[in-house]
Amino acid sequence: MSSIATPISKHGHGNEPAADNYLTHGRGILSWALTIDHKRIGLMYMVFVLLSFFIGGIFAVLLRTELLGPGALFIPKDEVATWRLYNHFFTLHGAVMVFMFIIPAIPAILGNFVLPLMLGAKDVAFPKLNLLSFYIYVLGAAFMLYVLVGGTLSVATGGKINLPGGFGLDTGWTFYTPYSTTASKSGVVAATMGAFILGFSSILTGLNFIASIHMLRPKGMNWFRMPLFLWAIYSTALIQVLATPVLAITLLLLTAERTLRIGIFDPNLGGDPVLYQHFFWFYSHPAVYIMILPGFGVISELITTFSRRHVFGYQFIAISSVAIALLGFLVWGHHMFTSGQSDLTSAIFSLITFSVAIPSAVKVFNWMATLKGGSIHLNTPMIYALCFIGLFTIGGLTGLPLATIASDIPLHDTYFVVAHFHYVMVGSMVFAFLGGLYYWWPKMFGKMFNDNVGRVGAIILFVGFNVTFLSQFIMGSLGMPRRYASYPPEFQIYHVISTLGAYTLSIGLFIAAGNLLHALLWGRKAPANPWGSNTLEWHTTSPPPHDNFAVQPSVGDPYDMHNWVKKSDEEGYVLDPDAPEPTSPGHGTSVAH
Amino acid sequence: MSTAADLAHADDPHAHGNPAHLAHHFDTPAQQFTTNKLGMWTFLATEVLMFGGLFCAYSVYRYNHPQVYLWAHNALDPFWGMVNTIVLLASSFTMAWGVRAAQLNQRGLLQIMLTLTFLGGVVFMCVKAVEYKAKWQHFLFPGEFNSLNAEFKGRDGKSPSEARAITIEEVEHEAHLRSGAEPASAEGGEHAAPATETEVKPVQHTQNSADVKSGAAEHAAGTAPTEASKEPPIALQAIGTVVTAPDLGNESAAIVPPTMMASGTNSKVDEKVGHHLTTYSELEPLDKSQLQTFFSIYFMMTGLHGIHVLVGMGLMVWLFLRASAGQFTSQYFAPVDLVGLYWHLVDLIWIFLFPLLYLIH
Amino acid sequence: MAHHHEPVDHTEHPTAHAHDDGAIHIHVVPVSLLAGIFIVLMVFTVLTYAVTKVDFGYQINLFVAITIAVIKGGLVCLYFMHLRWDNPFNTLCLLAALLFVGLFIVIASLDSGQYHNLREAYANTDITTGAK
Repeated sequence: MSSIATPISKHGHGNEPAADNYLTHGRGILSWALTIDHKRIGLMYMVFVLLSFFIGGIFAVLLRTELLGPGALFIPKDEVATWRLYNHFFTLHGAVMVFMFIIPAIPAILGNFVLPLMLGAKDVAFPKLNLLSFYIYVLGAAFMLYVLVGGTLSVATGGKINLPGGFGLDTGWTFYTPYSTTASKSGVVAATMGAFILGFSSILTGLNFIASIHMLRPKGMNWFRMPLFLWAIYSTALIQVLATPVLAITLLLLTAERTLRIGIFDPNLGGDPVLYQHFFWFYSHPAVYIMILPGFGVISELITTFSRRHVFGYQFIAISSVAIALLGFLVWGHHMFTSGQSDLTSAIFSLITFSVAIPSAVKVFNWMATLKGGSIHLNTPMIYALCFIGLFTIGGLTGLPLATIASDIPLHDTYFVVAHFHYVMVGSMVFAFLGGLYYWWPKMFGKMFNDNVGRVGAIILFVGFNVTFLSQFIMGSLGMPRRYASYPPEFQIYHVISTLGAYTLSIGLFIAAGNLLHALLWGRKAPANPWGSNTLEWHTTSPPPHDNFAVQPSVGDPYDMHNWVKKSDEEGYVLDPDAPEPTSPGHGTSVAH
Repeated sequence: MSTAADLAHADDPHAHGNPAHLAHHFDTPAQQFTTNKLGMWTFLATEVLMFGGLFCAYSVYRYNHPQVYLWAHNALDPFWGMVNTIVLLASSFTMAWGVRAAQLNQRGLLQIMLTLTFLGGVVFMCVKAVEYKAKWQHFLFPGEFNSLNAEFKGRDGKSPSEARAITIEEVEHEAHLRSGAEPASAEGGEHAAPATETEVKPVQHTQNSADVKSGAAEHAAGTAPTEASKEPPIALQAIGTVVTAPDLGNESAAIVPPTMMASGTNSKVDEKVGHHLTTYSELEPLDKSQLQTFFSIYFMMTGLHGIHVLVGMGLMVWLFLRASAGQFTSQYFAPVDLVGLYWHLVDLIWIFLFPLLYLIH
Repeated sequence: MAHHHEPVDHTEHPTAHAHDDGAIHIHVVPVSLLAGIFIVLMVFTVLTYAVTKVDFGYQINLFVAITIAVIKGGLVCLYFMHLRWDNPFNTLCLLAALLFVGLFIVIASLDSGQYHNLREAYANTDITTGAK
C-alpha cells in the first residue's frame, strides 16, 4: 500500500519526518516577529486571542461568583462599591470577549492557518498586510489592557492610583450614549480607541481573505469546488469589510462626543442617542455573523469528515452562508425594539429577522442529512460538532421569540437574551472553535492529542454550558433583568445553579486546554491525514513545509473521500486510487461544476 | 498537470526571468496586478462605508432639521468650496495622467504629474486652513468651542452670549453679502441691525420664554424679521431658551407644542426660503439648539477628508521618490495605479461634500 | 514568456487583464479623453454652483445638486479610475458599498423621522433641570 503512486507520495505520508517545516524554518524570536508566513501569523494570533479568552473568562467567573448571593459578596461593607465593580466585570467580560476573542478567533487563527492551505496556495494574497493586521490587533489589545490595568490598579489601591483616562470600563460593551459620552467616569476613550484599532485589524484580515479567495484559487477549483469553510470565511470577510468601517466612524464620533462635546449623540446637546444605536448595531449585528459564520464553516468540515460521507446539499450550505451575511445587514434594528425606535421600523426589522432563520435552518438540516447514513466516527472534533448542532438549534430558535416584537418587550434586557446569545456565541461559536482547533491541531503541530481526554473535556463543557445557561432562560422568562448585581432572593436558586454550571464549564475548558498543550509537548507524531478528509490542507505534511506544498496537489471534489483509505493509527489515511467507489448514493457524489 | 507546473516555476521567480517584484505566491505579474487592484477596491469600499456613517448622520439631521442646515450653511463660502472642488478635480486629472505616464514608461512626465498632484493637495489644504481659521474666529469650531453649543464657556475674553452674537452676525452678514443680487435682500437693511449690536446684555429667563412664545406667534404671522431686528439681544439669546426657559417644562413638557412638532419636516421651507433668507430669530427653539450639530458634522466630514488628503500627499512624495529611483515600468506600475485610485476616491468624496455642505438652498 | 514589452492598447478587449501570457495588459487612456472628462467635470462644477442661485424649491434644488454630483462621481469612477475597462468585480465592490451606505441612510432617516417628536419632547422636558 505504501507504494501507491500519488502526487504526494514522497512527502505526504507523514511518517518520515520532513526535513524542514514551517515551525523549524527560521529560528529565533525575530523569525517569528517579522514573519509573513500565514501559518506563523495564525499561531501568533492564537497566543494573543487565547490569552484574551482567558482574561474574558476570568471576568465571567468573577461576575458569576458575585451573583451567588443577592447581596454584595465582594465588598460586603460597601454595597455601592460592589455594584460599581460588578458593572466593570460584565463590561470587560463583554468587551474583551467580543472584540478580542470571538471576532478574531476563527478567522484570524484557523482562517489564517488553513485558508491558503485549502486553496493549495503558498500564502494569503497580501502577506505583509496580514502581519500588519496582527500588529494592529496587538496595538488595539494594548489599549484594552491599559483599561484593564487601570481598573485593577484603581480597585487594588482603593482609588488612590488612577491612570489618566482609563480606570476600567463600566458602560457595557455597547458603549451606549449618553452614559458613555457624559456620565461614565471610566476609561471610555481608551476602550473605544482600542475597539477602533481592533476593527482595522479585522478589516484588513477580511480584505486579505476576499482577495485570496478571488485570486489564488488553483486551476480546477471553481467557486463550487471550494471547501465550505472557505465559503464561510468569504461570507465573514464580506461582513468584516462592509460593516466594520461603520464601527470605526461610530467610535470616532463617540470619542469626539466625549472629548469635544460635539452633540451628535448626546440629547442634552441636541444629539440623538437612538442614532448612536443605529450606528452601533449597523456594525454590531452583522458582527454577530462575523462570530458565528466561520463556526458554520468549521462544522461543515467536521460533520462531513467524521461521517465519512460526502456533505449533503453542498450548494445550499455554500449559498446559505452568503445569504446569512447579506441578511445580517438588514436586521440591526431588532436590538432597538425598546429603545425608542419607531414602530414602523421595528416591524420591518422584525419581519426580516425571521427570514434569517431560513438559511440557518438550511444549514442545520443539511448537516443532519449528512450524518444520516454516514459512518460516524466519534473523535473529539466530532463531539464538539454534534454539541454545536444541538446548542445552535436552541440558540437559534430562542432568537425567534426575541425577534417577535410582542414577546421581545417583556423579554428584552432579561437573562433570556443573555442565555440566547450565549447559546450562539459560546454554545455554537466556542464549540466550533474548539472543534476546529482539535481538528487542525495535528496539522498545525504534527502532534496527535489524546482522544479520550478530549471527549471527556467536550462532554464536561457541554454539561457545564447547559447548566449555566438553561437556568438563565428560566430566570429570564421569570423577569430577572440582565446586568444587575443584586436581585430578589427568589432568583437565588437559579443564579447558584448557573454559577455552578459556569465553574463546570471552566473545568471543561481547562481540560481542553491541558489536552492540547499535552499533545503539543508530548503527543505522538501525527500523520499527514489523520481524519481522511480530502480538502487540500490534508494533502501536505503535518506540519506543512514553509511553502505549504512540496508538490502541488490536484484539485478535485473536496468532499469525495473514497480514495483515502485508513492504513493505521500511526500512518493515518493514505490515498488509494484503486479504492472502490462506495455503493451508498451519498458517497462520492460530485459537487456541481 | 498545469497547476503543478505553474507552481513549480513560481518556486523560483527569477529562474524564468520573472521580475523581482513578483511575490512568491503569485504565478504571473498579471495575477499579482489584478489581485492588488481587487484589494485596493475592497479597501476603497471600506472607505466609502466609513464616510457613509458621516453621510448618514448628515442625512438624519438634515432630514429632520432642514432649517438648521439652511441657516448654518451660510457660514461656509461656496466660492472657496468651488475653488477647492476645481483644485481637487484638477489634481485628479493630473493623477490620472500620471498613471498613464507610468503605464507608458514616461518617467519624467510621471514625476511632473505627481508634483502637480501634490501641489493640488497643498492648495486644497491651504484653502481649508483659511476656512478653518475663519471658523475659529467666529466661534464655530465643533463642540464646546462652538458658541451655539449649550456647553460653550466663552473664549478670548468674550462671554458666551457675546461670542454667540458675533457668530450669528457673521453668518447672517455673509449670507446677505452672497445673496446681494436677489430680491430677498430687501430685508437686508433690517437684518443688518444685529450686526451693529456688539454689546449684548444677559437676558433674564422670563424674557427668554416670552421670546419663545412670541417667536412661535411670529411664525404664524410671518413678522419675525421685524421683531428680531428690534430686539436683537433677546433674539440672540434665544438659544438660551432651549437650555434655560423655565416655563416650557412644567406644563407643556408632556405635550409637545404643535409648532414644535411641525418643525421637523417643515413644509414651510418651500414657501419661505425662496423669498427671503431664514434668519436666526425665525428658527424654532429646537432648531436653534441643533445649529451646532451642523458644524460638528461639517468638521468631522471635512476633517476626516482632510486627513485623507494629507495621507494622499504623503503617498505622492513616496511615489515621486520611487519614480526618481526608476522603479516603475510598464510592467510594474501598480503602486502608482493604486495610489491613484485612492486619490480619486478622496476627490469623489469631496464631489459629494461640496454640494451637501456648501450649496444648500 | 515575454515581459517588459510595451503595453498594448486593448480597446477591443475591455476585460483588461488577459492571463494568457501572464504579462500585464491594461487599457491606456488617451490624454485627450482624460482632458475631455476634466473639462466636463469643470462645467458641471460651475453648473452646480450656478444652479444654487436659481430657486427651484428646496427639494428640487437638492435633487439637482445630488444628480450633478452623481454624474461627476460616475465620470471620475469610469474614466479616471478606469472602471469602464476594469475587472467587473471592482465595480461590484463600489456598488455594494454604495448600496449598504444607502440602506443605512434610508433606514436611519426613516426611523428618526418617525420618532423625531419624542426627541423634541425630550429636548423640551430636560430644559428645566438642565438650566445653567
